[in-house]
Amino acid sequence: MDLESIVKALNLKVRSGEDKLKAEIRGGYTGDLLSDVMANSNEGDVWITRQVHQNIVAVASLKEHAGIILVHGSEPAKDTLEKAVKGGVPIMVSDLPGFEVIGRLYALMNKTG
Amino acid sequence: MGGNFDNAGEVSSNIKTVLKQIGLPKDVIRKAALVAYESEINIVSYARKGMIRLRVVPDSIMIEAIDEGQGIPDIEQAMQPGFSTANQKIREMGFGAGMGLCNIKSFSDVFHISSEVGKGTHLRMIIRASSAVLNS
Amino acid sequence: MTLHEIRKLLDAEVLIGEDQLGMEVNTAFVADLMSDVLAFATAGSLLITGLTNPQVVRTADVLDIAAIIMGRGKRPSQETFQLAEEVNIPILTTKYILFEIAGRLYARGIRGCIEKVGSK
Repeated sequence: MDLESIVKALNLKVRSGEDKLKAEIRGGYTGDLLSDVMANSNEGDVWITRQVHQNIVAVASLKEHAGIILVHGSEPAKDTLEKAVKGGVPIMVSDLPGFEVIGRLYALMNKTG
Repeated sequence: MGGNFDNAGEVSSNIKTVLKQIGLPKDVIRKAALVAYESEINIVSYARKGMIRLRVVPDSIMIEAIDEGQGIPDIEQAMQPGFSTANQKIREMGFGAGMGLCNIKSFSDVFHISSEVGKGTHLRMIIRASSAVLNS
Repeated sequence: MTLHEIRKLLDAEVLIGEDQLGMEVNTAFVADLMSDVLAFATAGSLLITGLTNPQVVRTADVLDIAAIIMGRGKRPSQETFQLAEEVNIPILTTKYILFEIAGRLYARGIRGCIEKVGSK
């Protein structure tokens, strides 16, 4: 399953990395502590978080995440967005709380395998 | 209580207990505890020492958070969601994401803040028991 | 779902609240930012987090959270444990990551405690 189908299914708004939406998703990870995400997430994960600080872009590119979904209607900070655009890291946003985003994503991923 | 994270939240728990004994509506107690708790976290995070004062009158609760500390140079900036000067330690506690003052303001019916750099910060919040009852 | 069923579903260990496993929950909130929890989580919900410090319990207590689920095999610190015993909030710990925990609970009918921002 790729990012594009998630964007459609969950009605996400894409803020950066529009050209990377064909990226294949291998799993999901959620966490708001950057050190934890650095330590425990995997390549190809889509990362669901509430952190909007510019460091999320560095973490996502170092860990080679497929993309970042910001939940709760939060928007990337100005310098976060600039970095994401420059680095080609997809940032998507949702009005839904993290639990709902994860729940729907999890269902989609299990359906299509 | 500045700098001591171990007991942060104890004051708020006490406030909650007292308000429960008075028999105020759950929603009001929740708001008051939340406002007191975020204030307490701010004092522990940024001030040398401080106090939380609770006053209950028949139709409202007033909570004041008064600290001696570094103060806030630019209140408008500090009130913006996401603005934070928190260090790593505070962030690892799950705070310091620039939401504390916003939370305090949004859960209070009246919110007043004044601050002097190098001296400290004074928050005054009022939570109306009557409006909360009507809204719930 | 009852806490009892949740324990089974998540292969979790109950650290506190063995006597409260009959408790029924319908909603949950997942976060590591306590200010976020304070802003949005509702009374009677589950709190799913990777944090283990006493502030998790304080936050849960302030909000009347039903129970805390610690993911990634995290266990509460000594202070956290004592505080949770004091205020009588169940703590479950599981090796699953937060994503898996939330996904499984959602599949079993648990929902987010608010629909959208602004709808609380």
